[in-house]
Amino acid sequence: MTTPGIVFDQVSHLYQPARGKTVLALDRVSLDVRDGEFLALLGPSGCGKSTLLYLLGGFLPIASGGITVGDKAVTRPGPDRGIVFQNFALYPWKTVRGNLLYGLEKQGLARAERERRAQEFIDLVHLRGFEESYPSQLSGGMKQRVAIARTLALDPAILLMDEPFGALDAQTRGLMHEELLAILQRRPKTVVFVTHDVREAVYLADRVAVMTARPGRIKAIVDTSALRGDPEILKTAEFAEMVDDLWRLVRDEALIAQGTRSEA
Amino acid sequence: MKGPRVQTPPPRPSPVKGEGEGKGSLNRPPPPLRGREGWGVSRRFSAALWRFVPLLVLALAWEAAPRLGLVSPAALPPLSAVLRAWSGLLLGGDLVSNGASSLVNLVSGLAAAIVVGTAIGVLMAWYASVETIVNPLIRCLYPLPKSALIPVLILWFGIGAASKIAAIFIGCLLPVTISAYNGARGVDETLVWSALASGASRARVLWDIVLPAALPEILAGTRTALGLSFILLVSSEFLIGHTGLGYLISFLGEGGVYDAMFAGVLTVAAFGFLADRLYLAAMRRLLVWRQ
Repeated sequence: MTTPGIVFDQVSHLYQPARGKTVLALDRVSLDVRDGEFLALLGPSGCGKSTLLYLLGGFLPIASGGITVGDKAVTRPGPDRGIVFQNFALYPWKTVRGNLLYGLEKQGLARAERERRAQEFIDLVHLRGFEESYPSQLSGGMKQRVAIARTLALDPAILLMDEPFGALDAQTRGLMHEELLAILQRRPKTVVFVTHDVREAVYLADRVAVMTARPGRIKAIVDTSALRGDPEILKTAEFAEMVDDLWRLVRDEALIAQGTRSEA
Repeated sequence: MKGPRVQTPPPRPSPVKGEGEGKGSLNRPPPPLRGREGWGVSRRFSAALWRFVPLLVLALAWEAAPRLGLVSPAALPPLSAVLRAWSGLLLGGDLVSNGASSLVNLVSGLAAAIVVGTAIGVLMAWYASVETIVNPLIRCLYPLPKSALIPVLILWFGIGAASKIAAIFIGCLLPVTISAYNGARGVDETLVWSALASGASRARVLWDIVLPAALPEILAGTRTALGLSFILLVSSEFLIGHTGLGYLISFLGEGGVYDAMFAGVLTVAAFGFLADRLYLAAMRRLLVWRQ
């Protein structure tokens, strides 16, 4: 099988605030994501990790450099790259079922097939019985399960996740980690996962890319695949050590980002 | 080896059918429940009644003031006389024919303003070029009292329904446009991105996502427009043509039939109140998903 891996090649991004000077948000980021890999992008807030994800999603124009997915240059959003946002981004005027059906309809699937797929993925995230609920009637964890189901129902080869569990409480987040890994085991995907939570990154990812404070660059890429996905691993010394190592890398950058200005 | 995965138990929707089940059940003592419910209902009922007290006082004062000679009956006919005149207008057919004419013009002008205003506002928010062109026009038109345009509209469209509809249209256009623009600009971009990533075209996203997401603001702006539409309706009918409730009021006033004139004013007020109530009910229905 050919590898639809993702290649970031010298990607830079300029951010133009409504007022004030243009800011260099990403500075020549180069990064490869392997097919089927779970890669976490870890960094302090404002380092441009979400921007990098949005560029891959095709939501923002790439100022310089290029991103390819399996040899095809990214120029616009597409159903091969599904995305899950921190704020869930559910269509509030549609029911749970309506949220799932919308994308399936845009894919041009027949009506019966759309209904079947919607139900299959609602069941997958354990939301049977909530098909006709509106997002405003659901808890945060349930909303995010709907968002994940909505994205997975389109069967994207690549799953982009932008701090998807950042708005959830710690217990719900832990359960969502298990659920995500269980789903990915059944439906393998290439995942690019943005987070500022070191434990989450180590636990979920095969590799963790640590980014610098703005302008964002890749500071280090750490293989964490040995420490992935088993709740028992959370208690081991190796896990704690890895989290500690990565935390130190991120902490330096977080201090720079906070404006202690030790950069210069 | 990997440990067993923790599966969250599938949550069940909370049963909503509780009310009906409990009613006939024998093992639940009904008296305290019924007693509390009855008290709650009567309290809500009396609270609703109290809202009518100020209106009732006003009506009584209206009736009493001219009868007791506090004001001249020529300036303020007693309410009973006004109501009598109202039933005369109704039975004579004047109220129905003029009311129907007003209603048609109001609905035409307002509907056109809602459609055009929403389209302009959403397109302005979506395409920077549209905003560049339209925004200066809106800024110029905004502070202008729209009723000042009625003579101009008479010049252009004559003294028929077209001028009245145009006046209502122009008066209602900006509140709808501006609310649609604000609503569409405030749409969360992650909603738009989610739709684009699921394969929708940009034009589709405008219709499927931006418009419904902006709907709460559009509906709020439309309510403002509804209030303005009555002002423009009546003031244009004062000046244009020989039909409509506004015309009826001014005709009766000029003829010195003051009790009937007040009946006309009351009718317009009741129309406006009813229209707003109906609109609020429709709005609540359209926005059920917000709860």
